[in-house]
Amino acid sequence: MATEQRTIAATGNGIVAEAYRQIEPDVICAYPITPQTTIVEEFAKFVAAGKVTTEFVTVESEHSSMSACIGSSSAGARTFTATSSQGLALMYEELFVASGLRLPIVMVNANRALSAPINIHGDHSDVMGARDTGWVILFAESAQEAYDQTIIAPRIAEANLLPVMPTLDGFITTHAIARAQVVDDAVVKDFVGTWKPEHALLDREPIMVGGFANLGNTYMKIKAAQRVAADGALASIKTIADEWAAITGRPYDHVEGYGLEDADLVIVILGSAAGNARTVARDLRASGRKVGIVKLRTYRPFPTAELAAALSRAKAVAIMDRSDSFGSFAGPLALDTMAALYAHDLHPQIRRYIYGLGGADVKLEYFRHVYDDLEASLSGAADPGLTYLGID
Amino acid sequence: MSSNNWDVSDYENWTPEEFPVGMCALAGGKAVEYITGSWRSMRPLWDKDKCTNCLICWVNCPDSSIKLQDGQMVGIDLDHCKGCGVCVTECRFEALRLLPEHCDEVKCSEGPVLDEAAQPSTMNPEV
Repeated sequence: MATEQRTIAATGNGIVAEAYRQIEPDVICAYPITPQTTIVEEFAKFVAAGKVTTEFVTVESEHSSMSACIGSSSAGARTFTATSSQGLALMYEELFVASGLRLPIVMVNANRALSAPINIHGDHSDVMGARDTGWVILFAESAQEAYDQTIIAPRIAEANLLPVMPTLDGFITTHAIARAQVVDDAVVKDFVGTWKPEHALLDREPIMVGGFANLGNTYMKIKAAQRVAADGALASIKTIADEWAAITGRPYDHVEGYGLEDADLVIVILGSAAGNARTVARDLRASGRKVGIVKLRTYRPFPTAELAAALSRAKAVAIMDRSDSFGSFAGPLALDTMAALYAHDLHPQIRRYIYGLGGADVKLEYFRHVYDDLEASLSGAADPGLTYLGID
Repeated sequence: MSSNNWDVSDYENWTPEEFPVGMCALAGGKAVEYITGSWRSMRPLWDKDKCTNCLICWVNCPDSSIKLQDGQMVGIDLDHCKGCGVCVTECRFEALRLLPEHCDEVKCSEGPVLDEAAQPSTMNPEV
């Protein structure tokens, strides 16, 4: 039975900051960057007002913020930060250190374009640059999903000893005022519990972190253990998310489908644009077309089997990426999706799209166009190749 | 796990699961057991008679390989000295010299000091 909840109206970032307040991490080391800034700005107000006991460490860059998080987490503190775009890019080397040391750091990312040219608006270029860093990566479609995934994040991180990056789309989700249901502080506190690592730098028994594995195959064995942990996190995320869903009544699935019971034409998508995709799918279904969408909430670890199952009856699949992997066959989501299809011996028609870079509008007509392309693919139309939507 | 009973002697044969998560070391001071001296290609040789016990070598040694007893230099820890030569450079009394690792100490006792070490034809008595 779901617990009693309050409905609040706030920006996506305000709602994430509220989740941070309710979790009340031991330490936050953060540096401002658009469009993440208002998360840590709001949290700093909670610290100043004495609403939380969190140690708030202001640093001089994101390189320092992730470095400070690594130190803090190694010391045994539940450690959070938040970032975006160039900030995430500046953290790049530390992202691997955090995951390699198996530190359960939580960092919300406000997904944003990368320079150059400079652009502060939403797309997935930043987070996709982190997809192979060993972090768990989650995508929110809405402020509500951002709230829920932020609260389950420390549990996922600590259960698997992996850093977790819950993400929401810059401006579209971070800055638009949305409605969300939030639970009481005590419910969140009870859900996240307290964090006591098995080993930490500040323990009485000394340990050392940051060891050296340069000779022989020790490095490779450590990475093999990390691979096992990353794969294992998939089941763990679902278990923890289900526990939270039992409290809130809001289910979480790695792969969330719409219309899949009979859809021949399916769009695969991440993040906020799933809302527009679903709106178009709903309208087309009302006029009798067999269309559907698949939205992934978990991106790393990649839910290969779940995605393949969701696409198992689709005749044509369009994968829509909000970032490009320049020079490769398709955007990152398409590459992962095609690998999942191949691994499960599924061979629908495939179409590849890039949309919404640098916050470009994601219009409803784009999705109608994509479904038309999929329909045509079933009548033998040639694959036009990777297509940038909305630039002509 | 106590720092006293964490045995890493067989770590090369550990499976991935046997390593501590994230490869943290479950005890301090384990570097003592790692014989970095095996990396060495050049070896410092200490001349006790020229040594004034100023300890500038001890201050500068990056591997804590200058051995002291009661505040007096007593030799070099060749299990951990990597042969970097910092001690030889810093010594103001020519009490330390750098010799090729394979060189016999007695035969090389008249060998040149560090700044000439780059010339193997004069360094290596076998050439």
